[in-house]
Amino acid sequence: MVKIIKPGLLTTIQDLGRYGFQKFGVIVSGVMDSLSHRIANLLVGNEENAPTLEITMVGPVIEFERDTLISICGGDLSPSIDGKFVPLWRPVFVKKGSQLRFGQCKAGCRSYLAVAGGFDVPRVMGSASTYLRAGIGGFKGRPLKTGDELKLSPPNNRSVQMIHDFSTKIGDQKFVATKWSVSTEFIPISNKIPSIRVIKGRQYQLFSKESQKSFFREPFEITTQSDRMGYRLKGSVLSLTSTEEMISEAVNFGTIQVPPDGNPIVLLADRQTTGGYPKIGQVATVDLPYIAQLKPGDKIKFVEVSHEEAQRLYLEREREIQQLKRALSIKWKGEM
Amino acid sequence: MDYLFHSLGDNAVIIELGEDINLETHQKVNMVTTLFDEQPFEWMIEYVPAFTTVTVFYDPLKISDFSSYTLPYDYVCGQLKSLLESLKIGEFSSERIVEIPVCYEGELGPDLEYVAEYNGLTPEEVIHIHSSGDYLVYMIGFAPGFPYIGGMSEKIATPRRESPRLKIPAGSVGIAGKQTGIYPIETPGGWQLIGRTPIKLFRPDDKSPSLLKAGDKIRFKPITIEEYKQWKENVSGKNH
Repeated sequence: MVKIIKPGLLTTIQDLGRYGFQKFGVIVSGVMDSLSHRIANLLVGNEENAPTLEITMVGPVIEFERDTLISICGGDLSPSIDGKFVPLWRPVFVKKGSQLRFGQCKAGCRSYLAVAGGFDVPRVMGSASTYLRAGIGGFKGRPLKTGDELKLSPPNNRSVQMIHDFSTKIGDQKFVATKWSVSTEFIPISNKIPSIRVIKGRQYQLFSKESQKSFFREPFEITTQSDRMGYRLKGSVLSLTSTEEMISEAVNFGTIQVPPDGNPIVLLADRQTTGGYPKIGQVATVDLPYIAQLKPGDKIKFVEVSHEEAQRLYLEREREIQQLKRALSIKWKGEM
Repeated sequence: MDYLFHSLGDNAVIIELGEDINLETHQKVNMVTTLFDEQPFEWMIEYVPAFTTVTVFYDPLKISDFSSYTLPYDYVCGQLKSLLESLKIGEFSSERIVEIPVCYEGELGPDLEYVAEYNGLTPEEVIHIHSSGDYLVYMIGFAPGFPYIGGMSEKIATPRRESPRLKIPAGSVGIAGKQTGIYPIETPGGWQLIGRTPIKLFRPDDKSPSLLKAGDKIRFKPITIEEYKQWKENVSGKNH
């Protein structure tokens, strides 16, 4: 069990999302940065879809009521135990009674905490993701609060073996981490203005030539009116050449739509199932984690990518994750 | 059947089945989704029907496993093409009629008077017109279980409120322009509220979490405040 001593700004339980119910208006929800979530799970021996904690900008204080294996991936919100920095992107063994606290948001914006076995919450429509607006899924359909006690599912054999292995090495430390970590190519955070690859949208041609140009040339800024549903951007105002009425249709994670005020919105994890604004572009799936790690005030640039190239990148990323899985299982066999 | 494909990113395709919102296009949408329900593709994650489109979300990785030389998008379009070309437009009858009880009284319909005044009618006439129409659910979207309903009489069409309410209670029945709709969960919104239904449109614990689905026909049945309360009690009684 883990206990929430302080909840942080917005800490929710999420998995890879709730699929199959969008036709009933039920949004997908799920993690904003699926890459960090998946890797955090793999590092503790979980399935990729196991529920993790999504921690946003100001992190919580969490107490572990039993020895466990954790991994923190994604944004660096300065996690520490007993005043000692807990390294990211690797398995970390934590002793019973330890308090994990988060501090300054140093890089990125969202951290994912995976625990061996995963958080044990009921599945609603097949998913553990918190759907805040409808108040369902996750932990009681809401963000975590002080005093919440989260149960953990039993770890699988591999995790149990890892926990046992670590517990013989820990001595009187509160936690111990591996020396190795995941390769930096998996880290969706950069210190430059990220260039996000975008496929032209269905209504791209309806925008004025000038707007088309500035969309792929000028940087945009993430405004404070940004959340899990979508990021509102500020920059060049984009205008249409005709004002024909759009008919609502499905949207996707990473759809960039432009409402009448001309400021684009990037739709994210908690997007509605359908939308009626013209779509100027669609973020390539591989670059969504980079967007998820941006916070208000950060800048972003869009570069054009073909639909074919986006699919090729998608498959390449999946192969890299398969390779990571194989590398991890070899590593664990070697260490035990 | 005529159609167009448009990609919606690297894992979805929009099938466009018509240009305008009308019954014929709606029937095409229904035929396609019925077929997907009957013969699901293993690479399909889900589909989302709308007024003139059906969007198909797919798993590019799964497709690359059994067709590694084709672009996943091309593979999906190829499969959908043969399916769509085998379809013949015929009579499509969805005869599911759902009756929705609505109490149009007092504080449950705070904008009823305004809608009446705007259209030069009495509140009773508004209720009569609203509850005697035949309606069709074109699609579900905006919120879980929220139906986009066609078929409202223009005699009671009323523009949205100038400033939206921050909280609209679940079950509220409203009018926005030429549309009528029902709010399944508490949300902010700008619709003119003329009544409220005691039944739940969004049921997260049910196998089908939405009471309504695209293609349903609905009728509104006026009930009194007493009946409304009675109904509410029965509903909460069932849940506990």
